[in-house]
Amino acid sequence: MSLLSLLFGEKKKTAAVAKERLQLIIAREHGSAARGADFLPELQRELIAVISKYVSVNPDDIKVHLEKQDNYEVLEVNIVLPETKG
Amino acid sequence: MTRVVVVTSGKGGVGKTTTSAAFASGLALRGYKTAVIDFDVGLRNLDLIMGCERRVVYDFVNVINGEAKLTQALIKDKNCENLFVLPASQTRDKDALTEEGVEKVIKELEHLGYDYIVCDSPAGIERGAVMALTFADEAIITTNPEVSSVRDSDRILGILQSKSRRSAEGREPVKEHLLVTRYSPKRVEDGEMLSYKDVQELLRVPLIGVIPESESVLHASNQGTPAIHLKGTDVSEAYVDVVARFLGEERPLRFVNYERPGLMKRLFGGK
Ligand SMILES: Nc1ncnc2c1ncn2[C@@H]1O[C@H](COP(=O)(O)OP(=O)(O)OP(=O)(O)O)[C@@H](O)[C@H]1O
Ligand SMILES: [Mg+2]
Repeated sequence: MSLLSLLFGEKKKTAAVAKERLQLIIAREHGSAARGADFLPELQRELIAVISKYVSVNPDDIKVHLEKQDNYEVLEVNIVLPETKG
Repeated sequence: MTRVVVVTSGKGGVGKTTTSAAFASGLALRGYKTAVIDFDVGLRNLDLIMGCERRVVYDFVNVINGEAKLTQALIKDKNCENLFVLPASQTRDKDALTEEGVEKVIKELEHLGYDYIVCDSPAGIERGAVMALTFADEAIITTNPEVSSVRDSDRILGILQSKSRRSAEGREPVKEHLLVTRYSPKRVEDGEMLSYKDVQELLRVPLIGVIPESESVLHASNQGTPAIHLKGTDVSEAYVDVVARFLGEERPLRFVNYERPGLMKRLFGGK
């Protein structure tokens, strides 16, 4: 640090702020599985098509969700089957 | 065996075309038969940076559409014996690049015995950028030490990992290299710019080099001579190092430290 900046006050180190912000946003974008997860809607559509061949399900009752946990991702598929009658 | 290398970034204007030109020239200078392809359909620029703009007759899309033979469209570089440029088309039709078409051209270059195919990606995450990385074996993630560039590089890494042929076919993933460009050691020292270590820590991709911010890049583009040919400049040497590291050689990082002129030096001069 130079004498002048000591006298007149050091400018804020903006690079450190940039790094901190990037750490947060990158973690969040990975967390929301934005990364590489654009196949989810299609996967959902195809699942509905396949399952409908065997049982009649309501498209809203099939939920696909991708979640990132520390080092791995969890693909969660939730299917609510209609109650069997009789 | 041919290796396909994409130079990509997500963000625009970070130095992809400058890097593609220098890197492809560097590979050719090392004796490898190299083709460099401009994927920036509609906004062709690589021809200017390579200095071959007046020799463009046919382009990438003409070849894909069967309007010209690949060998007619390839332009021999003026500086390197074994380097050829495939210019982008100026068409505004964004769908002109088809996956089958690009694959056909790459296969043909393989048959012609090319060692390396360097793909200069357009900015963004749309079709052109995806086509440029689809067939990649290796990727040079070009990043400026700046927030939006780092974030966009992170996005493009995700796309590389999901859309490349290698990942689609479950083969060994694309080999990623981080190249930090337009680096200013003084501004890093002053705490105004992210350091290359910060960028590497954020993106977690092995570093292949750091290219300093330099006026010589403008001189190079003014003349249509890839920056690697400007002997003795920092940028040229930095690109030579990048090519050497790419080829598996060890080279210490240069041009990353700022030497603050000491008081004595300032008072009494000296180099
Ligand atoms: N190391 C450098 N030092 C100084 N200027 C540079 C450096 N690298 C690139 N530039 C300048 O930055 C600008 C953008 O470079 P370039 O065209 O290579 O980027 P690009 O990523 O290909 O852009 P686009 O996304 O538009 O294709 C140019 O004016 C170029 O001269
Ligand atoms: Mg470009």
